[in-house]
Amino acid sequence: MTVTSLSAAPPLPTAAEKLKFYGLWVATAIALLALPHVFGSGASLTMFSLIGISIIFSLSYNILLGQTGMLSFGHAVYYGLGGFMVVHAINIIGANKLPIPLPLIPLIGGLTGLFFGALLGWVSTQRSGTAFAMISLGVAELIASSALILRSFFGGEAGISANRTKLLRVFGWSFGPQIQIYYLVAAWTLIAIIAMYALTRTPLGRMCNAVRDNPERVQFVGYNPHVVRYLAFCFSGFFAGIAGALAAINFEIANSAYLGAAQSGTVLFAAYIGGIGFFIGPIVGAILVTILSLGLSDLTQVWQLYFGLIFIAVVLFAPGGITGLLMMHRPLAKGGTLLTVLPSYLIALVPTAAMIAGLILALETIVHYTVNPGDDSHIKAFSVAFDAASPYIWATSVILIVSGYLAARKTWSWVAHAWDRASSEAREKGFAA
Amino acid sequence: MSAAIELRQVEKSFGEVAIIRNVSLSVAQGERHALIGPNGAGKSTTFNLISGYMAPTSGTVLLRGEVISGLPPYQINRRGLSRSFQVTNVFANLSVWENLRCAVLWATGQRYSFWRNIDNLPEVRTRTAMILEDINLTARRDVPAGLLTYAEQRALEIGITIAGGADVILLDEPTAGMSHAETERAVALIRRLTEGRTLLIVEHDMSVVFGLADRISVLVYGEIIASGTPDEIRGDPKVKEAYLGEEAA
Repeated sequence: MTVTSLSAAPPLPTAAEKLKFYGLWVATAIALLALPHVFGSGASLTMFSLIGISIIFSLSYNILLGQTGMLSFGHAVYYGLGGFMVVHAINIIGANKLPIPLPLIPLIGGLTGLFFGALLGWVSTQRSGTAFAMISLGVAELIASSALILRSFFGGEAGISANRTKLLRVFGWSFGPQIQIYYLVAAWTLIAIIAMYALTRTPLGRMCNAVRDNPERVQFVGYNPHVVRYLAFCFSGFFAGIAGALAAINFEIANSAYLGAAQSGTVLFAAYIGGIGFFIGPIVGAILVTILSLGLSDLTQVWQLYFGLIFIAVVLFAPGGITGLLMMHRPLAKGGTLLTVLPSYLIALVPTAAMIAGLILALETIVHYTVNPGDDSHIKAFSVAFDAASPYIWATSVILIVSGYLAARKTWSWVAHAWDRASSEAREKGFAA
Repeated sequence: MSAAIELRQVEKSFGEVAIIRNVSLSVAQGERHALIGPNGAGKSTTFNLISGYMAPTSGTVLLRGEVISGLPPYQINRRGLSRSFQVTNVFANLSVWENLRCAVLWATGQRYSFWRNIDNLPEVRTRTAMILEDINLTARRDVPAGLLTYAEQRALEIGITIAGGADVILLDEPTAGMSHAETERAVALIRRLTEGRTLLIVEHDMSVVFGLADRISVLVYGEIIASGTPDEIRGDPKVKEAYLGEEAA
């Protein structure tokens, strides 16, 4: 090692940076431990458990989409098979009194995901792009329809249930109460996040990014892109299996919905909304989508419609996802010009919110007339009561949409101007986007 | 000693159309060999056949006496042959540093390792840093390759090609689209980086070809019509007629 050549290399993390990095994980662990003491209700514990499962699943999906550039429409296959296998495993272990405690069970789900990823992945990872997407869809349909046909293993419509409390106890934990399940999920979530992050920092992880960018060139630096994609696929299947196992433990049941297209769609949705270009993107997406799906369903009966609209809006206006939007502001924050764009945001927010309110009003009115035309027209959506039959409501909706749209167009162009000024100022100070 | 690269009666057809007809070519170890010819003569196709991007319809390609025709590109690369591309072909979203590091990984024996931390590989780091300095992109280390200037991308293209330490290098029009000054710098770079290695280069700029090459082969309509030293090629009437014409006069 010569001194001159190393001066060209990027600096290795200093001791202080390393401490900060490890401190972050420790802080996360402490936060996870403390969370039930702040929000201890059964509903919040269930929600936290679902968020953890969704985080693992979304991150596993992003090994494919964000890291290696493979768009899968059937990732729920590995999640679902992990879940089913775990339900069977719990039943077998419980019946035979095998000395395997519940905290180790998610590993069975992971190995199941890994096994089926290794089995089904070799062919589908030959190509990326459209061919991979189509094969993933075909495999997903195949497995999902098998779930309804092979009743002995998948339990048909009803699914298969298990009793998680019948296993070998450790530290006297029965894993009956939700708080114990929360801690189980939290521990596995933390382990899975660390493992998947570490994977991105290995030679294989770096080559995944290279394959995503340019699989052709990868071949001319000695790597077989098919093998890179295949290994990524196997890892992705492993972590999806862990997520599915935790879901099966949480609900004590596995059914065909675990493997279905909706489940595959949800994970794509969560990863994309959060931002597939960043490691934490899918974590952000998983948290948001889980909270939204639990929250929105109380507020409106067509909550899935709003999901679709949000997804379209993100794809159109924020292809980097929420994390991408936030990261865009980093150079401005560093350059000290962030505050100059905030007023324009606030101004633009008013007509945009008006337009959205008008859209919601129109949607809910349409839903009333198409879904429940015979019902009372005094409906309630997002905790606001209004009369869907009233012409005033219709007029309000139209006025809000049209005027909101026109004003929003104007104000967003102001945002663009303020943004250009702020980012060029930041660039002059050496903080380029 | 066997030739670094040898093509024996290589043919390549796409359907009925023969792009390469009965090409035999030999590049000695340590030689700088230029492949010239008019547009559409099949120069890039020849590169594609040697580097494994395509398999020949018939004939064989040998690397240091071993048959490589029919092998996939990554296996040919692992045997010590590396190529660049006429149209810049880098990892656009990865930084300059990451681009070069990807090109170093296999050669340093990392394979598909998922148990080693990329930051704890001193050999990878040192070699990447050396290449980075060699191609003079130290100041652009953390810039995504897609945001580099054209000349910088061409330099990175060469950097990726040589980073793995291959001793047979194929460069496809490395100075295409460069200004005069950029071309001079690129040629100096190529001369320095391919010192002691075998170089096969496709180039349109005749001053580059005659300044750099030990030997030249002329490809016209998929056939090698002449092969020899720069002086021999300059004096060859067939070459004058078919291709060089006024440029050599």
